[in-house]
Amino acid sequence: MAEPTLLHYLVLGAVLFALGIFGLLTRRNAIGVLMAIELMFNAAAINFVAFTKFVAPEEIAGQIFTIFIITIAAAEAAVGLAIVILIYRNFKGIEVDNINFMKW
Amino acid sequence: MNLLIFYILAIMAGVSALMVVTLKNIFHSALFLVLTLFSIAGIYILLGAEFLAGVQVLIYVGAITILMIFAIMLTYQISNKNIRQVNEQKGYATIIVLLFFILSLWTVLKTAWPVSDGSLPERNTFELGRQLLSTYVIPFEVVSVVLLVALIGAIIISRRDSQEEN
Repeated sequence: MAEPTLLHYLVLGAVLFALGIFGLLTRRNAIGVLMAIELMFNAAAINFVAFTKFVAPEEIAGQIFTIFIITIAAAEAAVGLAIVILIYRNFKGIEVDNINFMKW
Repeated sequence: MNLLIFYILAIMAGVSALMVVTLKNIFHSALFLVLTLFSIAGIYILLGAEFLAGVQVLIYVGAITILMIFAIMLTYQISNKNIRQVNEQKGYATIIVLLFFILSLWTVLKTAWPVSDGSLPERNTFELGRQLLSTYVIPFEVVSVVLLVALIGAIIISRRDSQEEN
């Protein structure tokens, strides 16, 4: 059986990114929105690693940038969940469409 | 053989990602997120990035999803099934996402990718560590400062104000 090509991985990345956008646009729960963002981070990371293997395998820059993506995702999750806890304390709920006091 | 493994992992990742964004119960979504991230770790192994697969399991599966499950437990009434999880934008969002997907698929198929014949370095993880501390040492240090700031920021944000309580 053949090996998977670059296109296979890019299509997988596109599918995961599209699902992430869908979750980002439709979720009411703030934690659901954060999970959708994690999906999108992972889709981008798959693209980076796939390009490393198929386009520039000698210099493994894509894998290094994936490490940075994972680090930033961890920082983002920590700060985001702290904000979610604070919102819950002030609004007694984390439905993002109820939190509109900065909208006029 | 590798193609078969790729299809199994990709279908697992795609189906569980669909579950993550559509399920009614946010707790089940978090559990399916774990499955998605595991399949992506398998994809990294297929791509010859063993170190990244390990990091993916340790940080994403081990830390980030557990943090999310903690936040769900602290904030959300799991027993309350009456809370609507999806807002009114569902129809528009489906159209926009389909358009985006078609556009990106078209771009992926139309672009002539400069596929190289070379192979990954023999000792992949060794090379990764060497470059991280030589060529990419400045981004490496900056990212450690970002982590420190995020740590302090998360504590400051979620701290209860002591004057408020008195």
